[in-house]
Amino acid sequence: MTPRLLTRLTLALALAAGAAFAQQSAPDVAFEARLKRLEADLRCLVCQNQTLADSNAPLAEDLRREVRTLALSGKSDAEIRTFLVARYGDFVLYDPPVKESTWLLWFGPFLLLGGGVVAWLAIVRRRRRQDASTDAGTPATSADATARARALLDEKSSG
Amino acid sequence: MKALRLGIPLAIFAVLVGFLFVGLYRDPREVPSPLIGKPAPAFSLADLREPGRKVATSDFKGQVWLLNVWASWCVSCRVEHPLLVELAKSKAVPIIGLNYKDKDAEGLAWLAQHGDPYTLSVVDADGRVGIDWGVYGVPETFVVDKAGVIRYKHIGPVTAESLQQTILPLVRKLQQS
Repeated sequence: MTPRLLTRLTLALALAAGAAFAQQSAPDVAFEARLKRLEADLRCLVCQNQTLADSNAPLAEDLRREVRTLALSGKSDAEIRTFLVARYGDFVLYDPPVKESTWLLWFGPFLLLGGGVVAWLAIVRRRRRQDASTDAGTPATSADATARARALLDEKSSG
Repeated sequence: MKALRLGIPLAIFAVLVGFLFVGLYRDPREVPSPLIGKPAPAFSLADLREPGRKVATSDFKGQVWLLNVWASWCVSCRVEHPLLVELAKSKAVPIIGLNYKDKDAEGLAWLAQHGDPYTLSVVDADGRVGIDWGVYGVPETFVVDKAGVIRYKHIGPVTAESLQQTILPLVRKLQQS
């Protein structure tokens, strides 16, 4: 085997490997993106304010490996979430499910908003009522004031 | 009207204080386990002392037992360990160790140094069984009843107080039933 032939063979092999890799990596990109999305919605139980995707805790690594294995075995995102919830509880989800114990969490803000609207309406109403009662007196005072002003002006211009 | 104007903010304030006050005594690191009241996840793992022997959860059917998750690298395990050694001496309940993500040799050396309260320890080198049991921090202690149902989980090092006031009374109750 001449060195030249060897070079060519190596080059051909490298190209073939590259082609094979490129072919394989196309669906893998989608798969990796799916894992990333899934892991970004899951909480790391060790460092609780980090997602599974962000955390470097050993448990997070294990759980990422678990998620990957499950995904590779054909489990859907929902099935993977169910798997984790069965072991770690709803806490592992960043979006807690709507159920009786989370009603306050989900609808509480709307309750507060409703309370705010009611309070705002009450205040506006009361203001309007107050304004209406003072408005009745205003023309008189203002006519009074105008007359007084005019009198003062007249005094000045004549004096 | 004036009472309302004063009363509403005061009521909101009181509720807020109530929530914050309760929050003072709760540990955010304690995640309630969904496994309480569920059958203990089955495992079949090697015995730490006799690596050739497989131990399964079904081996403990018919008795109340504790599963204590420990590791030689776990610092807070050292805090609870003397309590477990004492508990083992009293023979109140068998303690099964789950040697979590540890090296066998290091685990054995640790037991030799600190005492071995375990009826036996099983090896969970890759933490796979730990995930099934919802383990997220070592140490953790589970109480499993005669039917193989998890009845209680203690997260973090067991204290004399939690042992005397919660775990042992529960064990006694379960043993009598």
